[in-house]
Amino acid sequence: MKTDIVLSGVGGQGILTIAAIISWAAVRNNMNVKQSEVHGMSQRGGSVYSHLRLSTEPISSDLIPYGGADLILSVEPMESLRYLPFLSKEGWLVTNIKPVKNIPDYPPEEDLIKAIEQLPHHVYLDADKLARDIQATKSANIIMLGAASPFLGLKYEDLEWAIEKQFKSKGQDIVDINKKALKLGFDEAKRLFPDMA
Amino acid sequence: MPVLPLLGDEAIAQGALDAGLSGMYAYPGTPSTEIMEYIQRSPLAAQRNVHREWSSNEKTAVESALGMSYAGRRAMAAMKHVGLNVAADPFINSAITGVIGGMVVVSADDPSMHSSQNEQDSRFYGKFAMVPMFEPSTQQEAYDMARYAFGLSERVGLPVLLRMVTRLAHSRAAVKTVDTPGEENKMHLPSDPMRFVLLPVNARKRYKVLIGTQSHLVEEAEKSPFNKYIDGEDKSMGIIASGVAYNYLMENFPGQKVPYPVVKIGQYPLPVDMIRRLFDEVDKVLVLEEGYPFIEDQLTGLLTAGKVIGRYTGNVPRTGELDPTIVGEVLGLEPKKAFEVPADVVKGRPPQLCPGCGHIDVYMGLNKVMEKYGPGHVFSDIGCYTLGALPPYNAINTCVDMGASITMAKGAADAGVRPAVAVIGDSTFTHSGMTGLLDAVIENTPITVIISDNSLVAMTGGQESHAKDRLVEICKGLGVHPDHIRTIVPLPKSRDRIAQMIQEEIDYDGVSVIIASRPCVTHTISLKRKQRAKQQTNK
Ligand SMILES: Cc1ncc(C[n+]2csc(CCOP(=O)(O)OP(=O)(O)O)c2C)c(N)n1
Ligand code: SF4
Repeated sequence: MKTDIVLSGVGGQGILTIAAIISWAAVRNNMNVKQSEVHGMSQRGGSVYSHLRLSTEPISSDLIPYGGADLILSVEPMESLRYLPFLSKEGWLVTNIKPVKNIPDYPPEEDLIKAIEQLPHHVYLDADKLARDIQATKSANIIMLGAASPFLGLKYEDLEWAIEKQFKSKGQDIVDINKKALKLGFDEAKRLFPDMA
Repeated sequence: MPVLPLLGDEAIAQGALDAGLSGMYAYPGTPSTEIMEYIQRSPLAAQRNVHREWSSNEKTAVESALGMSYAGRRAMAAMKHVGLNVAADPFINSAITGVIGGMVVVSADDPSMHSSQNEQDSRFYGKFAMVPMFEPSTQQEAYDMARYAFGLSERVGLPVLLRMVTRLAHSRAAVKTVDTPGEENKMHLPSDPMRFVLLPVNARKRYKVLIGTQSHLVEEAEKSPFNKYIDGEDKSMGIIASGVAYNYLMENFPGQKVPYPVVKIGQYPLPVDMIRRLFDEVDKVLVLEEGYPFIEDQLTGLLTAGKVIGRYTGNVPRTGELDPTIVGEVLGLEPKKAFEVPADVVKGRPPQLCPGCGHIDVYMGLNKVMEKYGPGHVFSDIGCYTLGALPPYNAINTCVDMGASITMAKGAADAGVRPAVAVIGDSTFTHSGMTGLLDAVIENTPITVIISDNSLVAMTGGQESHAKDRLVEICKGLGVHPDHIRTIVPLPKSRDRIAQMIQEEIDYDGVSVIIASRPCVTHTISLKRKQRAKQQTNK
């Protein structure tokens, strides 16, 4: 069993937190994990991505080959499309639709949605709005994790356990709000895209 | 056997600690920064009081490591690849003196220049210095090699180079570590201190010793656990793969054996017999290596082209990082790409200065003044403020190597450029700007130096800066006239005053320094947190 994931977003949007939570959950299931991160220059408001590989078999490469990813999980719509060559034919693209417009030539949002809808398997939602609704503006990333949770090959309760582990040091309130965010993302994705796995 | 989820960098750090490290020396630089940061967080390092403060630059780091080794204890110095240029002098010469306590120099290369000004390959330095060298392909190997390297260093009496690359440095995986960390060496002075006195009479002797050791280093490589001959059925080709390139090769044969014979390289100098065996068995040899064609270079030389293919022959791209997709193409395997990037809607998103950053106020003020002189007068340096080269600022005209702003401004001023302005960060200034400023002071060269001081090293994620609160004193000490050392807090409301100050100092026919100080808005809090945590572990 293997799941190859490309995480993407803009520096500061918390994709490494998502990666850490998925990794904990995978390790709990005795899976091998390799997670390549981006540090340095691009973290400053530029495009960032992480390759996260989970497998019951040994993993050779830290990077996913083109056409190999089972999932692109993105916290920003334009960034979700940047890594499409990595997505496998059967793979899913799950993305937040709220744009980060820190460049002058940011494309019209309708065009982004059109490009996303052309993919055979996609889920998109406004995680920033949902996060505001539950007063958890910092948890848009966890909402996206919830939306992508059916595609990870991991049990939902293992993700909850991993959230507990990730946020425990910040107090029970933070753990609870993130569990709520996870659930909200999962429910909302199901509601909007009932055909998803 | 504890299993830890470690970045490649962290695996090196843990390996060094488990080898009984006594001193860690480093200057930050992507992708090597996390080695020192891990040791600074490590309870074991705190308990043993392992030296773990940042150095002013890479040269001081390697020299300090050599000093610790001189005193019999194990030391490591870590830097990014271009840092080894700065430290090349002590690094090369430490191979002549030799070492007492194990000494490992980590140099982290950045193929594809994710955060660097070039993609130079540190392995050439290892060969140049004639020292043993390791190149891990996995996090586990990074850990194992770091531990092993200290023993080898002491066995052969030489510093050892550990070459990292960005992908491994910044990728996390489970690493099996030892139950009980090794003991530290006891401090003792060298029995033959004369070998550290590189007067020609001694250096000639030591150089012969170094040359004499070379065949032994090859023997070490032949029997190294990190070099392997893996047989394969198909002898039409053989493959030599080193470091992470080996992973990309394996990725293309999931769950199967590679059909060709493979030599996996992890330790240098190259194991000659192993490679000769491969040559004798196959029709041609493909070299897969991350970085420059270093192995290929040694196999083909100038005249024996033909049997070896790789980056020189164009079979593998000449520049840039490898990945499993590229290696698959090189092997002629079926591409699996299913989707293209919709280029019409996916635009570039370059990094930017954070909103509220003090560098912005400096540049806004500077641009007001420089408008009338036209472009070409502002020499800058490496740090967050290098982003001032991009729109909307377009404020600087150079960024070459750390410290080069002041010295290039001086050279341009010597050539007659007026005004000549240098913009440099606080950490870059103490790294290697101070000596250049002294040059300008000696001649009273008309340059205006702006130190954009955010009181930490921001570019690499927020480390302590050695400049902290010392800039005025340093400039005075170097001999800048106190009337021409000006200070200001860069804020949106002070941009006009910055402009005025710059204009006044440009009009002065001599060296002036403007110090614009305001803490980095992004990293100050997390640095304070790190410092507090360190104080806690030290208690
Ligand atoms: C020789 C060398 N060492 C290290 C680096 C990595 N590096 C780039 S900029 C920088 C420091 C920048 O600090 P500072 O000058 O204070 O500017 P800031 O980023 O804080 O604005 C470092 C360590 C490098 N490029 N070259
Ligand atoms: S990290 Fe600090 S110094 Fe760098 S751009 Fe952001 S605020 Fe400025």
